[in-house]
Amino acid sequence: MDKLLHTSLKEMRAGLDRKDFSALELTRQFLARIKKFEPKLHAFVTVTEEEALKTAKEADELIGKGESWALTGIPFAAKDLFSTAGIRTTASSKILENFVPVYDATVITKLRDQRAIMLGKTNLDQFAHGSSTETSYFGPSHNPWDTTRIPGGSSGGSTAAVAAGLAPFALATETGGSIRQPSALCGVSGWKPTYGRVSRYGVIAMTSSTDSIGTVARSVEDLVITAEAIAGKDDRDATTSAAPVKQWSQFLKRDLKGIRVGVPKEYFIDGIEPDTEKRIKEAIEQVRALGATISSVSLPMTAYGSMVYAIVTPSEISSNLSRYDGIRYGYVSETASDLFEIYGKTRDEGFGDEAKRRIMTGTYALSAGYRDAYYLKAQKVRRLLVNEFKHVFDKVDILLCPSSPNVAPKLGGAADNPLFGYIADQLNIPGALAGLPALSVPCGFGKPADGAVVDLPVGLQIIGPQWGEENIFRVGYAYQQVTDWHKAKPKGFE
Amino acid sequence: MITKKEVQHIAKLARISLSEKEIEKFSADLNKVLGYIEVLKSVDTEGVEPLAQVTGLENVFRDDRAHPSDVTEAIIKNAPDQRGRFIRVKGVFE
Repeated sequence: MDKLLHTSLKEMRAGLDRKDFSALELTRQFLARIKKFEPKLHAFVTVTEEEALKTAKEADELIGKGESWALTGIPFAAKDLFSTAGIRTTASSKILENFVPVYDATVITKLRDQRAIMLGKTNLDQFAHGSSTETSYFGPSHNPWDTTRIPGGSSGGSTAAVAAGLAPFALATETGGSIRQPSALCGVSGWKPTYGRVSRYGVIAMTSSTDSIGTVARSVEDLVITAEAIAGKDDRDATTSAAPVKQWSQFLKRDLKGIRVGVPKEYFIDGIEPDTEKRIKEAIEQVRALGATISSVSLPMTAYGSMVYAIVTPSEISSNLSRYDGIRYGYVSETASDLFEIYGKTRDEGFGDEAKRRIMTGTYALSAGYRDAYYLKAQKVRRLLVNEFKHVFDKVDILLCPSSPNVAPKLGGAADNPLFGYIADQLNIPGALAGLPALSVPCGFGKPADGAVVDLPVGLQIIGPQWGEENIFRVGYAYQQVTDWHKAKPKGFE
Repeated sequence: MITKKEVQHIAKLARISLSEKEIEKFSADLNKVLGYIEVLKSVDTEGVEPLAQVTGLENVFRDDRAHPSDVTEAIIKNAPDQRGRFIRVKGVFE
């Protein structure tokens, strides 16, 4: 049965419909793997075994009647930032440790309507603030390729789970790198959609102007299936586009004739690890061999991306996190004696350091006398950055570059560095600020800069223009038809 | 440089009762972050409008219709302090 672990979503669909195996058997297998490997990885905050088995039975009934959709009977994991009715949703925080939502996020509803089977809720950096999962109130997740290293973040629980075969795909979110960077570090394929392509309704908000909902899986072909299932307009999220969702699977071809690829020179920064640079350049050559034309392009504003982000993100966070007040739901301080103390002590005791740091930074950047110098200045530079991408996409169809300048570092590096995330995600943030779609796909292995003799996954980033999902999927798919990197499995998790 | 006094003021605005030790810590952290973004000031943004959103969507409407809802009890149950159908809070006025 364990061989099913390595089958594609398409093959799982076919096997379920042929009754080679049932959704219940499939679900039990993944639950057993979670039980076995979870102590090593800490990928999950909550495992929803009972609900999963119940949904599996419902899926089998539908399949028995010949009624199935693309994901009926297929298990998945969801980042613990997606509201799930009746199932606690923590954002990996103390303040929401026992919070039980009364409704489902739209994306959860869409998967549930198909009777896809949620196995559990995955770990993340607290409120998705971070790039390592180390800011989680419940402790960090571990990278299956080397459990002494971070999986990346903030969606590190989701990427660790998929990399270790604890779920065939997982829901994740990205604000500035939180899908692409952990996908790269864990050697899985990750999709960060165009901002507004997938509903955020019911997903705990971080930075409303860049928050995006996506998926991680074991191949681009699988990502496309999950993307088609969750994309589209939602009346409950006014930023979702009414443009029809394309059948992206129809754009998948084996060659890349006619595709114009730009390689932005600013993305090969000082400090990029030598192996990472080599793997990316080899991948670019393989894309060329598939028929694409390659040219060098320049995006000089790239250097300012993380600085804009370091203002805009905390500003929006300070506003979005003001709702956690100890009154309506969540943790409340037991020593508070008046209303101000309920707010103040609840928030001091309930939020972790990174959340507090970002709330404080944002409150400062938006406060009287500083708004023009920080927030508005950042939003002006952001416009320049967006315009620069637009000009480049007049000349090329996609951009190829690294997803992360380094392979997975050791656990512990993020704790006392308030700039960790801004530096870790500097190659993801500019595109996120512009709302662009992107993929990270595995493109080989490299040694880390710390000198350890260990081979760790490297991720190739494929960035497209706004609403340009078809070409990133096409390039990612074609690349995976001639490479096997996405099929590699971490030792010890067979 | 951001002073300890300013950090105390920000903490009050943000409704976070920071301890003396935390005020020290966040003063240092905030100065690190502000130092990091200092370079942004050198970018020429003369005549550039600040960006507010990237979707290009404007005035998104939906039908204003009432929908049945049966979550009242569950919502009240989530509140840390409650009495009957109400959420209890400490006095707002002295």
